[in-house]
Amino acid sequence: MTSSNKSIRNPLGKVRGLGSAKDGTHHWWMQRVTAVALIPLSLWMLYSLLSLTQNGADYVRYWLESPAHALFLILFLGVSIYHGKLGLQVVIEDYVHTHLSKTIALLLNTYGSAVLFIMALLAVLELHFA
Amino acid sequence: MTDTSSQPNTAQTAAHSRPLSPHISIYNWHISMILSILHRATGVALMVGIIALVAWFWSVAYCPEAVSTFESIGSAWYGRLLLVGWTFAFFLHFGNGIRHLFWDGGKGFQLDTAWRSGVIVAGWSVLSTALLWFILLA
Repeated sequence: MTSSNKSIRNPLGKVRGLGSAKDGTHHWWMQRVTAVALIPLSLWMLYSLLSLTQNGADYVRYWLESPAHALFLILFLGVSIYHGKLGLQVVIEDYVHTHLSKTIALLLNTYGSAVLFIMALLAVLELHFA
Repeated sequence: MTDTSSQPNTAQTAAHSRPLSPHISIYNWHISMILSILHRATGVALMVGIIALVAWFWSVAYCPEAVSTFESIGSAWYGRLLLVGWTFAFFLHFGNGIRHLFWDGGKGFQLDTAWRSGVIVAGWSVLSTALLWFILLA
């Protein structure tokens, strides 16, 4: 947007002939792929949280001894963090307009989601194997 | 962004002072608009919820002394309000997400169908939140 201020060439003229980026639908498609996976996963998470939140930390440790619980919890957290990362990316792209702050916000979104998922993974594995 | 006071004789101001067609202000509110905005807002809220959930699992795993903080917040009125808000956000985002998946398949774009599916999603989110918390607190 701002880069075209000093040029009389319009944006279409600049990109014409460069070819497609080849991954134009990837973001949209992955948002749908994760959304479909989250239909069963999120219902299972909600159902599990009803007992987890009411029974305290010792019950969480006991519950995570089950490999199936650990597997589905990692799946839910991984897929939902990915889905949320894609969604927040669109929100940032829509509402943050200056190039610098948009780039910083998008980087923080990407790095933050990665850190969040690794924290989730470490916590679940620790509780499962402990 | 737009500076209306300066003279439109540079390339920069010319680029920014082009007239915009009116968008949000000229439409009557209808349910698809409200749900579209709420879908985004609840999505952001649910991401905050995921962060809280991971922080809770993290504290159970690595800092047991912090677990009581989560428990006291969760049983306080503002914690309860947060939890009720997150369950409502979940049911709305879940229901409206399925509505979006139908749209992605090219179905449900008829005006009356889109209106009806919107009413169903709104009703579903309110009723399932109420039912869940009625069961939890009863």
